[in-house]
Amino acid sequence: MKKNKKEKIKVYGRPRLKKDLPLMYCPGCHYGIITSLLAEVIEEMDIEGDTIGVSSVGCTFINTQYFDLDFIDSAHGRSPAVATGIKHAHFGKPIVFNIQGDGDLAAIGMGCIINAINRFEKITTIFLNNANYGTTGGQLAPTTLLGQKTTTTPDGRDPKTAGFPIHIAEFLSNLKGVAYSARCAVNTPANYNRAKKALKVAFQKQIDGVGYSIVEFLSACPGSWRLTASEAMKRIAEEMIPEYPLGEFKNVERII
Amino acid sequence: MIKRILTTGNEAIGHGAIYAGCRHFFGYPITPQNQCTEFFAGELPKIGGVFVQSESETASINMVYGAAAAGVRAMTSTASVGFSLMQEGISHIAMAELPCVVVNVQRGGPGMGTTQTAQMDYLQVTKGGGHGGYRNIVLAPASVKECFEFIQLAFYLADKYRNLVLVLSDGIIAEMAESIELRTLEFDSLPEKDWALKGKAHKGGRRDFISCSNLLTRPTRDGLKVLGDKFHEIEANEVRYENYMTEDANFILVAYGSSARISKEAVDIARSEGFKVGLIRPITLWPFPYKPIKDLTSHANKFLVVEDGLEQMIEDVRCAVEGRGEVYFLGGTARHLPGPGGMIFPDRVIEEVKKLT
Repeated sequence: MKKNKKEKIKVYGRPRLKKDLPLMYCPGCHYGIITSLLAEVIEEMDIEGDTIGVSSVGCTFINTQYFDLDFIDSAHGRSPAVATGIKHAHFGKPIVFNIQGDGDLAAIGMGCIINAINRFEKITTIFLNNANYGTTGGQLAPTTLLGQKTTTTPDGRDPKTAGFPIHIAEFLSNLKGVAYSARCAVNTPANYNRAKKALKVAFQKQIDGVGYSIVEFLSACPGSWRLTASEAMKRIAEEMIPEYPLGEFKNVERII
Repeated sequence: MIKRILTTGNEAIGHGAIYAGCRHFFGYPITPQNQCTEFFAGELPKIGGVFVQSESETASINMVYGAAAAGVRAMTSTASVGFSLMQEGISHIAMAELPCVVVNVQRGGPGMGTTQTAQMDYLQVTKGGGHGGYRNIVLAPASVKECFEFIQLAFYLADKYRNLVLVLSDGIIAEMAESIELRTLEFDSLPEKDWALKGKAHKGGRRDFISCSNLLTRPTRDGLKVLGDKFHEIEANEVRYENYMTEDANFILVAYGSSARISKEAVDIARSEGFKVGLIRPITLWPFPYKPIKDLTSHANKFLVVEDGLEQMIEDVRCAVEGRGEVYFLGGTARHLPGPGGMIFPDRVIEEVKKLT
């Protein structure tokens, strides 16, 4: 059959659920990719009509503008409690996900998420780990790598004074209420596809009422890392993934 | 048939909330409001409602934030120390304009203070408490009946103005028992909550976004105007107070909550002894009844603020009197016992009235 060279076939595009707005993230930031991925997953699972998103402060707050979904933002670290309120308000019916950065979840909001999981809430948390406080200019986060320079660890993170990188996906998987916990990255097409599968499993655990689900993303933050986009991508592969291995840490069919 | 029950102030809050249609309560234990939380834990599941025990007051108020955003009548209750922990969430609720109800059963402070009654949170509840200079409507019940009724009023006002309404109780009001009639109060109709988050499928595919920020939703100046105009409207329409024997009084007691009950009895006794004493009781602590108090200066020139703590409400009373009379204070140091169980008795109020007359 003779090919018509003029015919254009669209193989990839902006997800319908991601609004056509100018990109507000820094060049090379992975948040835009993760936002698209989330929109794709919600669209493909055909759950947009019942899905409500909860974002937090900082750059995750910008997410609220992209999704063509019911959305709310919330105080720093408190989105698991806000998600709890929304989920219970409609007697458990909606699919509720929250997006948290590493300062938000692992520092100021650590108690909040642990207790939401331990109350056996059925919520899905998207945890964006970029190893620093990106919005405020790149300060030390609980997830900052050892030796990593931040504006509050100018000589690099020293465990003697600033402690250790915390492994959230592994740590939270120890809680009984977690049905699914995984760590992903979007630095390669293969990792992107794995992340997409993980997100689908995570949402399905909530839909099936199995328990809490969490997907951690390793996310480049070239702006606050003071790296170029390609250098930041390299850091994901060479420094972040060795410290924070990708994979599933929990995947259970039943908790009670 | 109207049902009449004997109940406490704490439980009357629970009954009132259920009569107001509230089916969502989020709370954390703290004395002296525990019976309130326990009431919801016991009663809400029986009627298809939701009770969630949070891990902290910080979480409670954020759960209320979420539930209110979802469009349901939601509330929490706490006592002073826990109320302090809620300030961050309350400030965010003010910005997001989410209608909800918070009960603060006051105990002694500052700090851990005592677990027993006091009136020491006036400035915190009326002047903000959290950052940003917002306003909450504050209702101060002085009886078990008012606990029952003011919760219903609180939910109505919250929905009317998309604003947080506080019910400010105290240890005495919370734990005393009185007989009340259980009945639903009638209010004007309210607009539909068409802004609520339910998922797009449940509102014709429309997407809503609720924000505790001015950053992406509207210009900052517009946001300030929206909030400012609303606060002025509430100030113009919602001032509530009770005048008791003030028509011919030359000496006015000013008190709210349990101190108002005590002061009312003091007025009765003082009147029987020939003193022209009256009481004005602010029912809304915000908006404060400045003008009704100022109006009394046409025939009264002495005002005694009775408040079970340190000087707080006296600042608003001085503002109201505008120098047209003397303003005095009788507070926590006039209690009959040195320990946390002390209280100001009517005799002590009368003694002060006589001393100042």
